[in-house]
Amino acid sequence: MITLTVNGREHSFDGDPEMPLLWYLRDELGLTGTKFGCGMAQCGACMIHLDSYATFACITPISMAEGSEVSTIEGLTENGDHPVQVAWRDLNVSQCGYCQAGQIMQAAALVDSTPDLTDEDIDMVMSANLCRCGTYPRIRAAIKQAAQARAE
Amino acid sequence: MMQTTRIVNVSRRSLVLGMGAGGLVLAVGLPPRGRSQEAPVEFGADAMPNGWRDDPNVFVSIDEDGIVTVTVHRAEMGQGVRTSIAMVVADELEADWDRVRVTQAPGDELRYGNQDTDGSRSLRHFFDPMRRAGASARTMLELAAANAWDVPVAEVRAEGHVVRHASSDRTMSFGELASAAAVLPVPDRDGLRLKDPASFRYIGKSDIGLVDNDDITRGTTTYGIDVRRDGMLYAVIARPPVIGGRVASVDDRAALQVAGVERIVRLDPPAIPAEFQPLGGVAVIARNTWAAIKGREALVIEWDDGPHGGYSSEDYKAELEAAVRTSDGKLILNRGDVETALAEAPTRVVAEYYIPHLAQAPMEPPAAVADVRDGSCEVWACVQAPQVTRLRLAEQMELPEEDVTVNVTLLGGGFGRKSKPDFVLEAAMLSREMGIPVKLTWTREDDLHHSYYHTVSVERLEAGLDDAGKAVAWLHRTAAPTIGSIFAPDPKEKLPFELGMGLTNMPLDIPNVRAENPQAPAHVRIGWYRSVSNIPHAFAIQSFIAELAEAAGRDPRDYLLEVIGPARLIDPSEIGDVWNYGENPDRYPIDTGRLRKVTETVAEAIGWGREMPSGRGLGLAAHYSFVSHVAVATEVEVVDGQVRIPRVEIAIDCGAHVNPDRIRSQMEGAVIMGVGQALTTEITFHDGRAQQGNFDSYLIPRMEIAPRDMNVHLVNSGGYDMPLGGVGEPGLPPVVPAITNAIFAATGQRIRRLPVADQLRS
Ligand code: FES
Ligand code: FES
Repeated sequence: MITLTVNGREHSFDGDPEMPLLWYLRDELGLTGTKFGCGMAQCGACMIHLDSYATFACITPISMAEGSEVSTIEGLTENGDHPVQVAWRDLNVSQCGYCQAGQIMQAAALVDSTPDLTDEDIDMVMSANLCRCGTYPRIRAAIKQAAQARAE
Repeated sequence: MMQTTRIVNVSRRSLVLGMGAGGLVLAVGLPPRGRSQEAPVEFGADAMPNGWRDDPNVFVSIDEDGIVTVTVHRAEMGQGVRTSIAMVVADELEADWDRVRVTQAPGDELRYGNQDTDGSRSLRHFFDPMRRAGASARTMLELAAANAWDVPVAEVRAEGHVVRHASSDRTMSFGELASAAAVLPVPDRDGLRLKDPASFRYIGKSDIGLVDNDDITRGTTTYGIDVRRDGMLYAVIARPPVIGGRVASVDDRAALQVAGVERIVRLDPPAIPAEFQPLGGVAVIARNTWAAIKGREALVIEWDDGPHGGYSSEDYKAELEAAVRTSDGKLILNRGDVETALAEAPTRVVAEYYIPHLAQAPMEPPAAVADVRDGSCEVWACVQAPQVTRLRLAEQMELPEEDVTVNVTLLGGGFGRKSKPDFVLEAAMLSREMGIPVKLTWTREDDLHHSYYHTVSVERLEAGLDDAGKAVAWLHRTAAPTIGSIFAPDPKEKLPFELGMGLTNMPLDIPNVRAENPQAPAHVRIGWYRSVSNIPHAFAIQSFIAELAEAAGRDPRDYLLEVIGPARLIDPSEIGDVWNYGENPDRYPIDTGRLRKVTETVAEAIGWGREMPSGRGLGLAAHYSFVSHVAVATEVEVVDGQVRIPRVEIAIDCGAHVNPDRIRSQMEGAVIMGVGQALTTEITFHDGRAQQGNFDSYLIPRMEIAPRDMNVHLVNSGGYDMPLGGVGEPGLPPVVPAITNAIFAATGQRIRRLPVADQLRS
């Protein structure tokens, strides 16, 4: 039996301990905000926070989350008001939106953990997340806006 | 509980007749209706299957709290159509944007008009009908208020979510008027008062937030892959790795032992041509996606590859090259006398260009949920073409169309892949088999191994230059398998619509032009990929024009403008293209003045002609597609064979603007996608199998390669008197040649094979 906390709620699971968190969240808990894009840590669509670190849910077996705090896009904030979420809306970052939960989770961890973000920091960290629609220019701008808002 | 069953593809329609049977091909593939017959010619939305509707009762509803709900019948895949259509309706309705909601229409073209969301057509075809729908609803609200106050309707005016009677200073809110307005007759289309564009509140404005922003940023959107139904099971399918292949044998004992696996189902392959029929294979149905994937890994399958098991990209490239080096191809353009002009030209230039297969690879792979039981079929799916999905489901399930419901979810990207509903048919077949809802998910490997690939092309161009370096003869041979090959048995020539994407409609100011199309058989499923045949045509032609400039010792911008020629309006049918994206050539001529303007705009923006440090260069390309004019200028830096693209300028003239922010975002996205196509993105085949299975080998661009300095220029040459051009696709074609032309300027090395990959490493 594996126990873990997801978005502040305790859960236990007695299925396949190898099941990636991605499928546990999506299929077992119905938290479909976390997306599938590749299944092999190549696209970042599945990005979650595991004990507040940005983590690929698709390659993280649920057994590794034993006793941990998982947060997903649905639980990032109660009101959708993380500076990253706000900036994403202000700048109309999204196109299809499919990658954006992962982008936001990655960006939120980055903005929250790094005070003086450089362009190089942003490019390096965010290059883990693919966007087939090509929203990268606006993601860059939104992260800068969010970092600014964080600093204030 | 665990067992193996087998089901067959029931649909055995004659797919030779399938050209247009579902509307989809007709829509993109054939000349406008009536052109070759005696019937009156129809264009634009009129010529599309099921045309257009503008009935306010279909598209607009208002509740008693005044909340306006706009029904959007086109699929949202990132182009912003849900926002843009709502903007149009809300503006004409005089609604307050904050009180506007959007709901997505299911597939039902008799009710909504054409729903095929492809060809960069949604606003082009529905701007006017949606304006009328909004204006009609506004008129009905005004009439309801006039009735309530017993005053002439001419004295009342809807404005900002209320109707006002100025002389008595009375107002009623939309919510108060909604039920009375709803029972009024829909006003006559002809007497309808449309707003003066000067008073638009939303149309043409750049500060409108996306209607899905809140859901997207909070993770509460529903894409096809996200749908959940009670009691649902989860499926993945092992498909024949080669088109036309089938299962020779399967050992599913280990798969059935995987915890959570419920059933294994054999699916027969389709008849060829397969159109949108599933590929067959072996399905694993389980209690969650992970168990299904693990079960599939445990299957031991031997495949019989069929006739295409020998397909290899390197060999096929040689085949296409051989084909374009003969003059056996079908003659598709012939103006003047190319042979003589070439023979007499003091300078001749020849070049061949190779453009590989690509996969659309939408970030959300194909996925659908189906619930087929008790004589009905309901699906939830990320489809660009809900109506053809419905038709094919009805055939496959042997149900009347009324008993088939296609709920359209958000699409996590489409790019043409989701115009083909094969994956929805798979979900339905499995649900019918199980008698409960089934979610079918394609993994990324499934997506890349079984795509409807962008074609693969060799384009051979030859030109003769006169003593002044001016191009006087132009011979273009194009060889590429056709999209027609999914609809007809083994066609080998491109269809008119493919040729009309930047080849037969090239506005070249050259007296002698000839084009030929040698044969090229298809060995994989070929399908639409954003901007389609414009990709190879624009790459070859825009590269070649730069090569001619080099041969003539001329500046590439000046030379490009010279080849485009003076500002003039061209009827595409007069230069050899009868298609013109389905639009009326009188309303939508090719306008070389506009093409020149976008070219000059980006050249100026990037500082064309400035001194460049070594290893840096500027490149330029212009292309007309989807009845829009686009040009791109890039600045490229090459260091140790590694390409960086610090700056891109892109200009589009797409006529009137509905949602400028989404025009910009489409241009931004097109640039990024083009960067990938120029530098890294390629699908290759060996033994009939796609060699790329995931994003570790199918290299779509990441942020690190995205230009830091990217500027979009919206060139509008005539306000709302101009008909709307396409936006979703036309940005892409000129991006790649603008990059490779800049690489030439930076290095002296001409890229004739895409992608660049490691060609610049010595
Ligand atoms: S699905 Fe996890 S990184 Fe792509
Ligand atoms: S917004 Fe579509 S994949 Fe990123």
